[in-house]
Amino acid sequence: MNTLELQKEEASTQPEQAQTMTGSQAVIECLLAEGTDTIFGYPGGAIMPIYDALYDYRDKVNHILVRHEQGGIHAGQGYARTSGKVGVVFATSGPGATNLVTGLADAQIDSTPVVCITGQVFAHLLGTDAFQETDVINITTPVTKWNYQVTDACEIPEAIAKAFYIARSGRPGPVLIDITKNAQVQKFNYKGYTPCNHIRSYRPKPNVREEYIERAAELINAAKKPFVLFGQGVILGGAEAEFKAFVEKSGIPSAWTVLGAGALPTGHPLNVGMLGMHGNYGPNVLTNECDVLIAVGMRFDDRVTGRLDKYARQAQVIHLDIDPAEIDKNVQTTVPVWGDCKETLPLLTRLVEKKEHPEWLQKFRDYEQQEIEAVIRKELHPQTGEMTMGEVIDKLNKLTKGDAVIVTDVGQHQMVACRYAKFNQTRSNVTSGGLGTMGFALPAAIGAKFGAPNRTVVAVIGDGGFQMTLQELGTIMQTGIDVKILILNNHFLGMVRQWQELFNDRRYSFVDIESPDFVALAKAYKIDGNSISDRKDLEAALQTMLNHQGSYLLEVTVTKENNVFPMVPQGCSVSEIRLK
Amino acid sequence: METNHKHPEKKEFNITVYTENQIGLLNRIAIIFTRRKINIDSLNTSPSEIEGIHRFNIVIDETEDVVRKLARQIEKQVEVLKVYYNTNDDIIWQEMALYKVPTEAIAEKASVERLLREHGARAVVIRKDYTVFETTGHREETDTLIEVLQPYGLIEFVRSARVAIIKDSEGFNQKLREFEQREPGEEVIENEYLNKRDKVFTM
Repeated sequence: MNTLELQKEEASTQPEQAQTMTGSQAVIECLLAEGTDTIFGYPGGAIMPIYDALYDYRDKVNHILVRHEQGGIHAGQGYARTSGKVGVVFATSGPGATNLVTGLADAQIDSTPVVCITGQVFAHLLGTDAFQETDVINITTPVTKWNYQVTDACEIPEAIAKAFYIARSGRPGPVLIDITKNAQVQKFNYKGYTPCNHIRSYRPKPNVREEYIERAAELINAAKKPFVLFGQGVILGGAEAEFKAFVEKSGIPSAWTVLGAGALPTGHPLNVGMLGMHGNYGPNVLTNECDVLIAVGMRFDDRVTGRLDKYARQAQVIHLDIDPAEIDKNVQTTVPVWGDCKETLPLLTRLVEKKEHPEWLQKFRDYEQQEIEAVIRKELHPQTGEMTMGEVIDKLNKLTKGDAVIVTDVGQHQMVACRYAKFNQTRSNVTSGGLGTMGFALPAAIGAKFGAPNRTVVAVIGDGGFQMTLQELGTIMQTGIDVKILILNNHFLGMVRQWQELFNDRRYSFVDIESPDFVALAKAYKIDGNSISDRKDLEAALQTMLNHQGSYLLEVTVTKENNVFPMVPQGCSVSEIRLK
Repeated sequence: METNHKHPEKKEFNITVYTENQIGLLNRIAIIFTRRKINIDSLNTSPSEIEGIHRFNIVIDETEDVVRKLARQIEKQVEVLKVYYNTNDDIIWQEMALYKVPTEAIAEKASVERLLREHGARAVVIRKDYTVFETTGHREETDTLIEVLQPYGLIEFVRSARVAIIKDSEGFNQKLREFEQREPGEEVIENEYLNKRDKVFTM
């Protein structure tokens, strides 16, 4: 082989070696190398060079032009939640970046892997109060797992590699990379992309210590009334099968946090329902009766525990979590099992005895019966009066058969949807759990559909939350994405109204909210829709929505002053849960 | 299981943080305290025994339970290698203070000189108009000298942050080697904190 041929050979086998390109081109090359297929973003002055580079990659990556950066990041979150991949979001400096903050905070508290890339003013202008300059790194520090400012193009490949690694590994979370404009236009020697899989100061997960698994198994095997609580950790760890195997062998009744919904199918015989403030009766009451509490990938949020000093004091607590800062944070653990539950659960399953706990399980079913009689029957099957949120969800279940992705906003409709929606499979419940971000659902549903294009995505939204981010109807119009929007309209900011009714002597302070004609609004965005208020139209209207080719908005007028029950009032113990 | 709820009273804790040298990390660590409305009494950043590794010394007045949770939150930050927390009994510590007094007062009142000797202070600068003394020691010692010098027209006082050495620490060299050697996916297992989680926290 002569020299020329040798050079050719090298050129063809290592085409990426040492190309001269701009920082902006490198950003896109790195994203492609990470497998990014979808970007949610909004251009602006300080990120223009990246958008200019993106123009040449239009056939390789799908950029979704949102209508507001908050919509962009919620879409990125929705995408991450259904696909299991990292959501990618672009925004410009200043207001573009500050508009991301709510979504970052949401992703941080709900452990959602998102990488945001923001433009920033030229490095030499930093600190000069330049046009659209804000201190994005410091603003976002409390709400990101990691953030970094790039001022030189040479830093881009490594910064992006670290960003993806940090966002998705260990306990996932949002990462923000702020890139000054000079770095975006700067030409440099791009040596190809090397994914990051190790940072010396960062331990995403520990090796499992078997003695703790053994101690946990001993407790479980000796337990008479064991109770499993599972959260989103099972889903984030991709450990649904491992979790099911553990539950089925140990025969332990299992209840879920809002974000854990669907990790075990809602119809599974050992799935005893939802935990927390508006969770099911049995799981809350029996938390204070179990002898061994096994928490898997959940963080004992105050909405789950109620009053902490009266929470499961009688129980020995086993806590499986990947984040050591969660262990003993709210509930003192008897046996901490620190690790990735995909690794720890099979080890535990191997050591636990195959058992059934029929009498103990029956207790959950007895409480369920009480709840059905006191709450569920009239919520799901009211015979007279206006429609309830529960019966809409119940009807939706029958039509989707539990296979849809349900994206919810925040408030009464969220609690009702989470309580009553059926989920046959994982990554089906997308909601803002920790932050409680109204306005989350519509943009998150758009992202959820991009993340799971073959699934039906239904966004269940209240009349209040819908009006917070309804501009994203424009994104739906422009992309033609198929999202079913189900507005449960009670003409109130219902959850606050409920609290005002129960705790503020019905002093309804600024919860009476007027809405536009939602169907006309959708029509303005070329989205078909319908509005119903009569029970007899419900099933057909839902069926029409589901059958419709493309997006559809269905507004259902529901009864104005319905309350979500059961309820653990704030400051009360879980066993003081009220049925009315 | 040993718990710390037996002694819930606040006391002074010294938090030692080994970190990468990264812009913005100071803020990331500081907000862990400010978010919980905890005042940092003293904060020192300095190089450590290892090049490129920085060391924070943070002093706060809190219960051990709170300090342990703070330590875990700090250690969770990506660029933080390791966090220790210790009571004052576990460490050797010093703070340095500077005092500016009118030279006139020193020259005219011999008692000042005697007082300074008693407090181990030394003159750093002597000018016609003022003299600067320096002393190093524990908080009470540097505090006492303020009171002593006040009647003599103390013009200016400043005290440094606390620096502290952990009595039973073997340094960070060995630990860092472990951090570096570890191949991705084969993270060893210290996990040792599980055994003594009320004492040392470590990942």
